[in-house]
Amino acid sequence: MIHFNKTSLLFCGLLLAIPAAAAVAGEAKSGYEYIRPESRAMQDDDFENPGLLTVEQGQHLFNNKQSDASKACAECHGKDGTGLNTENIARYPVYSENAAEIVTLQKQISRCRVDNTAGKTLPTDHPDLVALETFVRNRAIGEAVNVQTDGPMTELLQKGENLYRTRYGLIDMACYHCHDLYPGQMIRGQKISQGQGNGFPAYRLDSGEITNLHQRIQQCLTLMRAEPFAADSEDIKLLGLYVMSRSNGLTIETPAVRY
Amino acid sequence: MQLHKTFIPVLLACSSLSGVANGQDSLPDDYCRWEVVDYAIGEPLCGLAGNTQRGREIVSDSSRGNCLACHQLPIPGVEAYGTIGPPLAGIAARLSVPQIRLRVVDTRNINPMSIMPGFYRDPRLINRPDKKYRGRTFLTAQQVEDVIAYLATLK
Repeated sequence: MIHFNKTSLLFCGLLLAIPAAAAVAGEAKSGYEYIRPESRAMQDDDFENPGLLTVEQGQHLFNNKQSDASKACAECHGKDGTGLNTENIARYPVYSENAAEIVTLQKQISRCRVDNTAGKTLPTDHPDLVALETFVRNRAIGEAVNVQTDGPMTELLQKGENLYRTRYGLIDMACYHCHDLYPGQMIRGQKISQGQGNGFPAYRLDSGEITNLHQRIQQCLTLMRAEPFAADSEDIKLLGLYVMSRSNGLTIETPAVRY
Repeated sequence: MQLHKTFIPVLLACSSLSGVANGQDSLPDDYCRWEVVDYAIGEPLCGLAGNTQRGREIVSDSSRGNCLACHQLPIPGVEAYGTIGPPLAGIAARLSVPQIRLRVVDTRNINPMSIMPGFYRDPRLINRPDKKYRGRTFLTAQQVEDVIAYLATLK
């Protein structure tokens, strides 16, 4: 049984206040700045970047009617997504007033498939959905990330930041520890980045797979020997939203190459 | 025992305040309690004696201590080490063995904001451990004493 007294509450308040005071609002830097020169070269070369294979898979799924569907994405959004609004893509994740929830780009694509092409519902992070997400995000390459930070987002971002500053797992670190306090320092042979979202979905050299932001956060939690937040859980959406909002102003690099 | 007794309830209260679940409600049977006196732990964990050679292996092993992930150590042939924590060459000239022990066991008794994991931290204080790590410490008491024995040689 835990009893709260004024002293412990004050002490906790101080503990929570320390990171807020210590966080210097530094300039947002893409993970591109922290990867090795050879990895940057790989990302920049359309033939060398393995993420482009996923973009092509997504492009194929986008342009062609799937067996379960009544039409192709391209019938409304143009062949190769020429009708897509790249400024809108850069706003994801967005807050849906109607559904009263955070909607990721993948979720929007999934809903559009089901609602408008009569496609069957695919589970979150199904390879087809990740490929479509990668393709659509890639259409907005070079566009600045522009996640809404006011209105209903204010409270959600605060919750996301709280999750970002919470320690997880046997390794017992918060996202904040590595990505706010130690970017640029080496962890074994790799430089720690600011944990920005602008390059995702990204091709991970470590796993050899295309990985969206939620999957990357889950993998990081697993590395912390923590129980990762489930796909589609409120926590992963809040944390993903907060992380992407930190990338506001950075240009979309999908598919980035990351460690 | 005084510091230890007051510190754990406060930290537990903090984790509860921030809405996080603790890994386990009761301590595992084999967890040896330790006592902080003057920012140090004088007594070896469970009264165990450390082995220098084993400790040297544990600090380099990424599946065990993995100290090299964050610290530079005077071990030849290591290409990739971390620069997050201070280099540990000469650590035993700067700190006593009991002071080193507290830093390995749970350095947050000294700095609550430290990034460094507590290698023998009370498992009840761990938030959201994966199922296979519930109720466990990062290293066993023997492994912690081995690491301390090795670090004690770095003068």
